[in-house]
Amino acid sequence: MPSSLVDGNSLLAIDVGAANTRAVHFDVIEGEYRFVASGTAPTTAEAPFKDVAEGARNAIENLQKILGRTLLDGSRGLITPTQPNGSGVDALVVTLSAGPVIKTVVVGLLKDVSLESARRLTESTYTRIVDTIGLTDQRKPDHQIDSILRLRPDLVVITGGTDGGASLSIQKLLEPIGLASFLLPQEKRPAVLFAGNEKMEAEVKTLVGELATSLHFSPNVRPSLETEDLDPAERELARMFINIRKRQIKGVDLLDLWSGGHILPTAYATGRMVRFLAKVYGSKKGILSVDLGASAAVIAAGFNGKSTLKVMPQFGLGENLPGLLNYTSLDDILRWSSLDVSTGVVRDYLYQKALYPSTIAATREDLAIAQAVARQALYLAMQSARRDFPQNIASIKPNLTPLFEPILAGGGALSDASHPGQSLLLLLDTIQPVGVTTIIIDQNNLLPLLGSAASQNNILPVQVLDSGAFLSVGTVVSPVVSATYGTPVLRAKLNYENGAEARVDLKYGTLETLPLANGETGNLTIQTLRGADVGFGPGRSGTIPVSGGALGVVFDGRGRPLDLPSDAVRRRELIKKWVWTLGGE
Amino acid sequence: MLAPVNHISGLTSIVRERLLPVSGTVLVRLNQKVSPMDVVAEARWAREHVLLDVARLLRVSTNAADRLVKCKVDDELAAGVEIAVGKGLFPRSVRAPREGRVVAVGGGQVLMEVGQSKVELRAGIPGTIVEILPNRGAVIQTAGALIQGVWGNGRIDSGLLVNLAENPDGILTVGKLDISLRGSIILAGMVKDAETLQAAADLPVRGLILSSLFPSLIQKAREMRYPIMVTDGFGSLPMNSAAYKLLSTNAKREVTVNAEIFDRYSGARPEVIIPLPISSNPPSPREVETFAPGLQVRMRRPPFMGMIGSIVSVKPGLSVLPSGLRAPAAEVKLENDQTVVAPLVNLEVVG
Repeated sequence: MPSSLVDGNSLLAIDVGAANTRAVHFDVIEGEYRFVASGTAPTTAEAPFKDVAEGARNAIENLQKILGRTLLDGSRGLITPTQPNGSGVDALVVTLSAGPVIKTVVVGLLKDVSLESARRLTESTYTRIVDTIGLTDQRKPDHQIDSILRLRPDLVVITGGTDGGASLSIQKLLEPIGLASFLLPQEKRPAVLFAGNEKMEAEVKTLVGELATSLHFSPNVRPSLETEDLDPAERELARMFINIRKRQIKGVDLLDLWSGGHILPTAYATGRMVRFLAKVYGSKKGILSVDLGASAAVIAAGFNGKSTLKVMPQFGLGENLPGLLNYTSLDDILRWSSLDVSTGVVRDYLYQKALYPSTIAATREDLAIAQAVARQALYLAMQSARRDFPQNIASIKPNLTPLFEPILAGGGALSDASHPGQSLLLLLDTIQPVGVTTIIIDQNNLLPLLGSAASQNNILPVQVLDSGAFLSVGTVVSPVVSATYGTPVLRAKLNYENGAEARVDLKYGTLETLPLANGETGNLTIQTLRGADVGFGPGRSGTIPVSGGALGVVFDGRGRPLDLPSDAVRRRELIKKWVWTLGGE
Repeated sequence: MLAPVNHISGLTSIVRERLLPVSGTVLVRLNQKVSPMDVVAEARWAREHVLLDVARLLRVSTNAADRLVKCKVDDELAAGVEIAVGKGLFPRSVRAPREGRVVAVGGGQVLMEVGQSKVELRAGIPGTIVEILPNRGAVIQTAGALIQGVWGNGRIDSGLLVNLAENPDGILTVGKLDISLRGSIILAGMVKDAETLQAAADLPVRGLILSSLFPSLIQKAREMRYPIMVTDGFGSLPMNSAAYKLLSTNAKREVTVNAEIFDRYSGARPEVIIPLPISSNPPSPREVETFAPGLQVRMRRPPFMGMIGSIVSVKPGLSVLPSGLRAPAAEVKLENDQTVVAPLVNLEVVG
């Protein structure tokens, strides 16, 4: 069993990402947990190393140089616990997203019920659904077998049947899975998760038990037709993900050993942290976390006891980039660009970047293309995630983004931006928040690491979050209103703590800012015009306390949903203006 | 910081593992000399299966069906052979729909594999068998020049290298392909149209070595039966000077293009191998490097994408790039004598 971290003082957290591995050190400073420093090194999941422990050791060595403290011994093993001479750490947690996408076959009965739950469950980790087998599948069993043999899935997720309900139909669906597994070489057989009718455990063991590399059971994701409960199955799937990675990539087992079993898929750890924060904040609004990295776009949302986690490798900015064109057009990517570039240039970019996922934009032109691609990827990811948000959540209009407070953002595309305004504009364009919300950039990508530590040490995440390790970009006010460009839609007055005040008139189609430094607070009085709604109700005004950030208070009057001008020249001019307003060049 | 390495080397030892996708028979022996087209292992592989639900077809219980089934696992059956026959005055029967092998019997069902085909694994490079991998393949060693690329269409072949690229940014067009090139491996520059790929197939050539390929041609390139290796990437990129010099100076030699599909996890990369006579085995190329002054590098991202240079110094801390991003960087002296600052993650060591 994993040991508790509660009594530990220092914590080392390692995040093994697709491109980079980071070693992050947390320690108790003046009685409270603080993020101290981080060291980074290239991830070594790929050839010639094929061993993620090597990249982890390199990241720890870089961290040692920053800390001036020894963490590895002479044979490059982790020193635990902290030694009297100050070397070592008391505990380690690990998050992992590196590795090839996990090819998954989902099996269920009804398309809109169990198969839909299977899809949502599968999308909670780094998978790609390569085949779906259900009652309405027109293929014969032998064709299903051939499909599985051709696709060689790493994972099969089986759902279906309410507890004590249908079993014969599920049995029929399991036959091709069992036979295909039987025909595959032992080392190529998939891991199987059964999250259906709990009464079928014995039959499932008989049909596929001996033929899968590992057979796992979780409570039924659909205990009744009306109820969906993915949490226990997501937890089991997270464990299976780590086990699959242990088979695929050397070094995962060593990190598992070093951490005493505290190793989680990065996305799952993020989801756990968002659930945790949703409980802590207890607000009527939801909490949203978006992470756009090389391996995937990850969107986690918590709403008053309910949560969703969606991992979308198809929208990652690494090796899967050319696949983005299966979901969008080059013109749709280019609509976000402030530069006049051809679709051919963007297409070449997607393919070239996929060859070298860890490379970064060195020129302004390259960065503009990278940002346009990131925008479209995150926009699509957000659209896709929204479809799985629960019903009856706080929102201004059902077809718009729900109300969130706060929105946390991380991942290479956001933390690597050249200035906070660039990151903020990317988030405003893609998430299109409504009402009043605080936007926080996880510049050190700490959220998943805190999520990994949270179950063992619930003090650490709270204290680190409060410590300023995250960059508050500011408070964003986004009215929902119908108007024409240039029409005033909102007037606001910000009263500072020192008695000073500042005012802004927001016109439709524009962005405005009022300065409010990080750590400062103020009272913001909003007078809406033309029936605008900022969460008080249509046309209603109000006063709210706001906190500052790198960009103060930002007013986004560009409308929801954001409708970019179709004229390319005017659009590019507007984008340049918006970037300039938020502090860019 | 660890540096990715792309091998472009004039003389090195090359050791390659050749593996069947499924278990099969290894046809070579230890220390045997092989040529690229020699078959080192073979396997039989059925891509299709037929599941016969005997119980349902004979309208009997599964247990009864199992008793009526006449075949057993591993039986080779001809099409039409009776697999099971029911009881009664006019008994129903179940016959093999196609020729095939029985792979499973039970639960009132019979599973057959049909449409079996032979998979032949070729050596791919000329060399010596230095290890046998039982039932899977062999390890082959050779010595010569090695040029690795970034994309391949999964094919492999050998032939005489002909240089049609007068310079690194040459463009291969239909007009440059004539019958004298039949059976050759062609060093070309960029390809910008599908007609050129098709014209090369029609000759046919034995391989194309390209600097870059338009992304819209990837599907067409995958369909070609001859190997296509891309050295630098997608779009209109000239060939990096290190690869171009090495390839162009080896024109008229016998070369092998193993346009293996790039797999970052296994390390499989498309490559050109030019076997050279040697008196003793040269050292193997270094798989791991750390960025340091003097190393030859290639730029992997604009500006100067594809250019070769050498590291003058690795800068301490983070450097601010023209994009505004900050990253560890190095000063690189390019082949045009210009010295630039480039982020380390945008460089790869060439050697």
